[in-house]
Amino acid sequence: MSSTEQGAVSDDGDRASAFSNTWEPSALEISRRKVRKKQNQRNTLIAIFSTVVVLGTLITLLVTSPGFKSLTDTFFAWAYGVEVLPKIILGFSTNVLLTIIASTCVAIFGMIIALTRTSRSPALLPFRILATAYVDIFRGIPMLLVILLVGFGIPALRISGLTNNVLILGTAAVVITYSAYVAEVLRSGILTVHPSQRAAARSLGLSHFQTLRFVVLPQALRRVTPPLLNDLVSLIKDTGLVSILGVTDAIRAAQIASSRSFNYTPYVMAAIIFLLITIPLTRFTDRTIRRSIEKQNAQGLA
Amino acid sequence: MSAPVLEISNLRKSFGDEVVLQNISFSVPVHTATVFIGASGSGKSTLLRCINLLDSVDDGVIKIDGEDITDPTIKSDQVRRKLGMVFQAFNLFPHMTVRKNITLAPIQVHGLSKDEANARADELLNRFGLMEKADQYPDRLSGGQQQRVAIIRSIALRPRLLLLDEITSALDPVLVNEVLSTVRDLKNDGMTMVLATHEMGFAKQVADEVCYLEAGQIVERGSAQQMIETPQDQRTIDFLKRVHEAGRL
Repeated sequence: MSSTEQGAVSDDGDRASAFSNTWEPSALEISRRKVRKKQNQRNTLIAIFSTVVVLGTLITLLVTSPGFKSLTDTFFAWAYGVEVLPKIILGFSTNVLLTIIASTCVAIFGMIIALTRTSRSPALLPFRILATAYVDIFRGIPMLLVILLVGFGIPALRISGLTNNVLILGTAAVVITYSAYVAEVLRSGILTVHPSQRAAARSLGLSHFQTLRFVVLPQALRRVTPPLLNDLVSLIKDTGLVSILGVTDAIRAAQIASSRSFNYTPYVMAAIIFLLITIPLTRFTDRTIRRSIEKQNAQGLA
Repeated sequence: MSAPVLEISNLRKSFGDEVVLQNISFSVPVHTATVFIGASGSGKSTLLRCINLLDSVDDGVIKIDGEDITDPTIKSDQVRRKLGMVFQAFNLFPHMTVRKNITLAPIQVHGLSKDEANARADELLNRFGLMEKADQYPDRLSGGQQQRVAIIRSIALRPRLLLLDEITSALDPVLVNEVLSTVRDLKNDGMTMVLATHEMGFAKQVADEVCYLEAGQIVERGSAQQMIETPQDQRTIDFLKRVHEAGRL
């Protein structure tokens, strides 16, 4: 048996060296390439033709439709849009600020909750119960409700020392809800790290905490980066919900402008500003997911 | 003669109603290798996991350098510092380079500086011909290379005792040899070892004592020569016959 193995190996070696010599494509291969090139050219032509026909028809139908004039006047009054743009951008800076602060807090709280839920220490049992209840409750309530409860409910308590600032309360509501989502994503990541990795680390003498820090978490975070980026995109959009408390963010600014003129272009401008941030981030997320899948496949082959 | 590195008496281990190990008693003197052979499920891996405190025991005593490690108040991290373990599935850390894999425990557990740990890692990598892989990630290495790195990772801690759990079972026959020659080198250096293996030829080369394990009990034990060439117990004879038919001898 071992002799056939060796035979196969040396055979492979010969073939490899034959390949490494200068190689000219055979006549057959050259003719195949010509056919493939022709096929490619034809496919490109078909794709261009089909795109022009379909999109051209749609645009023609839209532009020539009887309502097109009032549609553009109501939603795409660009001159008015440019006029209110500075106010909306100023409002959007609130969304950006809120996103930065909230995502930082969410990362910290989400991690604490995830670590608590995955811990096994008997002393932490009450915290495990609390963390589980927290996640169950705040993943199950619409975020708008949490914003209303925190934003209007807390000032109603009239506790001195507690803030009435709607921006802070709104951020707190976003953090409360998103921590529950992110904790679950992190927890699933921690659970996907194979127990044998833990065993290997522990048998090297690493403590429970060192194992978590150097072996489990780095692998877990790598795996959950794509879903976390998805959550970040959602978070950016959902910061707009705090406008219901009267925070002057991009949406609120657009609302004020549009209620003055009965024209909806400010909303479209706000939408465009959100898209300018969310589309690149979504593309980046897609690329990260694709890369991590490619890496996993490569590992499978090796 | 000095005290044995490992001394086990009347070890018993069960998972629920299933008794996995019973009446296990043996000792491993310093600089010797004890090899456990036996079919899959005979309890070899569980025995090694018990010695490493990855599994708890039901009864009996395990002593390392005279210290009872089955004492429930013992610090398991302290015990594991004296032990190295290599697994069937390598279990390298995929997010670290080869060198990082080797230096993690010396830096974090033994408090070596980064330079000292790197020097120790490079010395070992050089010695076992893996220096050019030092900055690669485990998934770029062949199975044999990964397992040799796993061995280096565990001996970088200079353990008193090395536990090797079927370290060639996940490798194809061509790669088995490079791993086994690494283990032979360690044996010649005087490393004290306990191995579980299916490689009888290899067992014959490195073992000072061979134990045949069946259904959680040591059925027969003796020198490598005697156990593999002239086994006495019918169960050992049957097992070796099956191994022989499978072409592993």
